[in-house]
Amino acid sequence: MRPLDTIGFAMHSLGSNRVRTLLMLLAMSIGVASVVLLTGIGNGARLYIVDQFASLGTNLVIVIPGRTETASNTPATLVGETPRDLTLGDARALMRGDTVRRLTPVNIGELSIAWRGKERQVPLIGSTSQILEIHHLTMERGVFLPDEDMEIARPVCVIGAKVYRELFGTQNALGEMVRLGGFRCRVIGILGSEGRSLGLDTEELVIVPVAFAQMLLNTEGLFRILIEAKDLDVLDRLKKHISSTIAKRHYGEEDVTIITQDSVLATFDKIFRVLTLTVAGIAGISLVVAGILIMNVMLMAVAQRTAEIGLCKALGASQLQIMLLVVTEALLLSTIGGLIGMTLGFAGSWLVVQFYPTLQTTPPPWAIAAALGTALGTGFIFSLLPARRAARLDPIQALAKH
Amino acid sequence: MIELREVSRIFNVGGQEVRAMDRISLTIELGEYLSIMGPSGSGKSTLLNILGLLDTPNSGTYLLEGINVTSLSDNQLAATRSRKIGFIFQFFHLIPRLTAQQNIELPLLLAGVPSKERQARSTRLIEAFGLAARSNHRPDELSGGQRQRVAIARAVINEPAVLLADEPTGNLDRHSGAEIVELMEGLNSKGLTLVVVTHDPEIGRRARRQVRVVDGQIAADSLRGASHAAP
Repeated sequence: MRPLDTIGFAMHSLGSNRVRTLLMLLAMSIGVASVVLLTGIGNGARLYIVDQFASLGTNLVIVIPGRTETASNTPATLVGETPRDLTLGDARALMRGDTVRRLTPVNIGELSIAWRGKERQVPLIGSTSQILEIHHLTMERGVFLPDEDMEIARPVCVIGAKVYRELFGTQNALGEMVRLGGFRCRVIGILGSEGRSLGLDTEELVIVPVAFAQMLLNTEGLFRILIEAKDLDVLDRLKKHISSTIAKRHYGEEDVTIITQDSVLATFDKIFRVLTLTVAGIAGISLVVAGILIMNVMLMAVAQRTAEIGLCKALGASQLQIMLLVVTEALLLSTIGGLIGMTLGFAGSWLVVQFYPTLQTTPPPWAIAAALGTALGTGFIFSLLPARRAARLDPIQALAKH
Repeated sequence: MIELREVSRIFNVGGQEVRAMDRISLTIELGEYLSIMGPSGSGKSTLLNILGLLDTPNSGTYLLEGINVTSLSDNQLAATRSRKIGFIFQFFHLIPRLTAQQNIELPLLLAGVPSKERQARSTRLIEAFGLAARSNHRPDELSGGQRQRVAIARAVINEPAVLLADEPTGNLDRHSGAEIVELMEGLNSKGLTLVVVTHDPEIGRRARRQVRVVDGQIAADSLRGASHAAP
């Protein structure tokens, strides 16, 4: 039998039992569509996170007080305590390196802000003018924190757009005095409404000079220091500079953790890749289920078409020809189901993008190949049993079952 | 052309040996017209299955055109069936989803004959068998006689050496049955060897040679008009 005739005969056979064929196509296409769509969403989430981090600059280094990356047998590190705070003095010392482009110390807390009887709790960031560039913040109105010595506790603040709306409504806020914790401070700017900073919504933030924040929060220590390297090539030198400077200032102890943006990026990238693989695996199970369905239905089809198979054998079909006919039917179902599934998967991805434009749900090429490969593989493997059964039918008994 | 020597076919039914064919020897010459008759369970269908290479004997030798086919593998038997033997069945055994023409072409399709040649050969037969108006009809749209004509066309499209018919009129009315017998006899008159298994003595008597099978053995083997006992 010629290959094209085998395909034509199998197509004819599939076309003659439309309900059975449609059910199998549905099962296979749902399996493939799930793999394509879920991996697309996983990949989209990965790209989104990576993009967010990359937008902060991959040459950003974060210095956190305390060592968290090495195991230690001291009870203090076990419970996450920091032996020594990071201070403004540390930040000033770190600024002296030739590998540093920008540096800003950061403090974080929560305080109440009040104006003319209206009050609300807000997340507070204490920093310097440099955070505007480092975190790509934008200004809607007014000015950002003044570019001056980080130890000056000037009582000024920049407020998020939502904080502005809730306290001032449509009135002018610039130059107004607000009460922040127990202190009065002047509003000098309103932040743009885009993005997040240090995991906080910029719309709800209040940013003040770091020394003022330390007064407000009654602390000497810093939450972290953000340093932007001059370029990617000097990252290693910058890390050494941080370690040696801190060790000098902390009596020989390198009691800080240095996180580079690219390592965070790599970690997230890895996590999302694993997550994408996991969802692809879960969706892949549905493909195997579809394969088992194909096997069951093909077994039923072989039983229903016993006389036809017997006839073909009586007319001179070899065992291999009979096997090929059954396997071709299953492979056709897998291929057509796979292609329908891919179309559905891409359509689903497109729909997701329409509703969530920030999530670019592009299924990775490996997922498309794996989904189609698994569909074909399961179709082939699960058709072997019915194919063998058909090939081994005794033509006399098969014809007698008319 | 066909020579069976001491051929036996034994089935094991419920632990008991049943001799469906018991050391049957039979020679059929090229172009012969032979009927096989006998009561139910006498072994005539088993004999036809052995002759058609659908079954293999437990002992004895079967020579088809001088080749010992008892030692052939399954695939070799299939290839020999495809080239040398045409089957006609009582229940037609047409594939319901295929048209009359597609059913007729099936042996050629299985043999790997190109589409154009298949169509040319099947069209010739369709016209010769008076099925031109029905070539695109499916079996359920055909009468019993038309179905059997399609089945005969299918059986001869590969130009076999022998045509084996198992109760070819068993499922037809008298008129259609007579038409089918005439059609087969026409093919025989052109040189095709014809073996018909039948219950119907009227049809059986039309064959030039009549073989009677009883209890797995040939009880009588006679030429039309001149009867003689089996050797």
